[in-house]
Amino acid sequence: MFDVHKIREDFPILKRTVNGKPLVYFDNAATSQTPQVVIDTIVDYYSNYNANIHRGVHTLSQEATDAYETARKKIQHHFNAKHTHEIILTSGTTHSINIVATGFTNFLSKGDEIIVSALEHHSNIVPWQMLCERTGAILKVIPMNEEGELLMNVYDQLLSDKTKLVFTNHISNALGTINAIEEIIEKAHKIGAAVLIDGAQSCPHIKPDVQALDVDFYVVSAHKLCGPTGVGMLYGKEEWLNKLPPYQGGGEMIDQVTFEKTTYAGLPHKFEAGTPNICGGIAFGAALDYMNTIGFDNIATYENELLEYGTKRLLEIEGLKIYGTSKNKTSVISFNLENIHPYDVGTIVDKLGIAVRTGHHCAQPIMDFYKIPGTIRASFSFYNTKEEIDVLVEAIIKAKMMLS
Amino acid sequence: MTIQEIQEEIVDEFSMFDDWMQRYEYMIELGKSLPLIEEKYKTDDNIIKGCQSKVWVHAEMNEDKIDFTADSDAIITKGIIAILIRAFSGQHPKDIIEADTSFIDEIGLKEHLSPTRANGLVSMIKQLKMYAIAYQTQLN
Repeated sequence: MFDVHKIREDFPILKRTVNGKPLVYFDNAATSQTPQVVIDTIVDYYSNYNANIHRGVHTLSQEATDAYETARKKIQHHFNAKHTHEIILTSGTTHSINIVATGFTNFLSKGDEIIVSALEHHSNIVPWQMLCERTGAILKVIPMNEEGELLMNVYDQLLSDKTKLVFTNHISNALGTINAIEEIIEKAHKIGAAVLIDGAQSCPHIKPDVQALDVDFYVVSAHKLCGPTGVGMLYGKEEWLNKLPPYQGGGEMIDQVTFEKTTYAGLPHKFEAGTPNICGGIAFGAALDYMNTIGFDNIATYENELLEYGTKRLLEIEGLKIYGTSKNKTSVISFNLENIHPYDVGTIVDKLGIAVRTGHHCAQPIMDFYKIPGTIRASFSFYNTKEEIDVLVEAIIKAKMMLS
Repeated sequence: MTIQEIQEEIVDEFSMFDDWMQRYEYMIELGKSLPLIEEKYKTDDNIIKGCQSKVWVHAEMNEDKIDFTADSDAIITKGIIAILIRAFSGQHPKDIIEADTSFIDEIGLKEHLSPTRANGLVSMIKQLKMYAIAYQTQLN
């Protein structure tokens, strides 16, 4: 039985006040809050078995290694990867993408093409531009329509035997659109291109099955799904990960080292140079356990309710426009008040204890498409309530009065 | 009036309000009296970096004193730059360079502004002082 008030008890931060008002946290698309069980996992690690992993024979090191590798297995099961060694633990989505983008330097030549979507976060555009600079490959963009949906007919036209890699987010951070990645993957595979999906925004809402999707690479950040910052995942099919060269040199990723030659360790260690974020990895596993206990079906159902309610309530405000109106979207509402700068609104609602994101959400091309400086973005999580949405609506009305 | 005197006057005006909403409303009101920058100076070069909203500032030297004009696409930001310009406009570059800006804390602006905006405020002060330094160099 999904009881939001009981769930809220799990998150100590939700009890705090901001500017004298109860906190209303609607910036979940930027980072999610951390439940007590994950905080306890972090405290337990540093209190009881903090040690370096994969090398010590002493008890603490063994315990830490076991916990870290158990977390990797949890992540594997959560995303339904075929092998545990297909899960590379990274510092987050950006790191994961860079491992792939850098590795692809070896596979591309001049004139090859990479396709990305128009809905990308900045951090997702830059690694491919850098890859293109290194290799002479060309970046192609799948455009979007007014609703914030990718134009799949243009995608069909962009695909050719020159296409080597297709990259898109599963869900847009700025607009909340859920992209048709099944179709994107299937069509790319038909012409022999690899596909990398950024799941940073999807993993808090849905449970992707990487085998069913048949995706080549899938990347995630733990801090978007109730885990800590600084840790994430790169999933890659075994054959791809074997082909990709190591990203960084260092400890852990080697097999034999002499001054003449080094042989690399096998998967997943080949991509995990240096001491990893051990505690972060373990806490990532704990966060997945927590979310699975609540259940992703329950989460999706409840968040859809919040999305519907929030959309309806916000649209009651005259002069409010929502950007990203796809029927297939997640609980993110990006909006503006007519003739009022999003930044002014953000400043006023912060005074009222509400955390929303304002600005271009690191997705400037999307803002350019709509010819706006940015938006106010309210992103709801399963621990938010309709009452909080009412508080937001009141605050927006107040801001509108002050600012117009 | 000296910069110090103008700042005291602004602090006095803000002390009449006891809650943040009134302060913000007054700040927005002050933004309306901002000497507006001419359209031709609203170039990317004149945008102050470090603000989420756009702020353009232009400076001109008239008889050893600097006149500032500005604009912003956000009205709270416009209020902030209006307050700064009210204190600094028509003043000698040397006085602007040496001016203390702790009055910002006294009117409760800094603590009431979000961290990124506070950075914007710092960038604005820095930019106005940079103009003063440039003109001071010319005078020397």
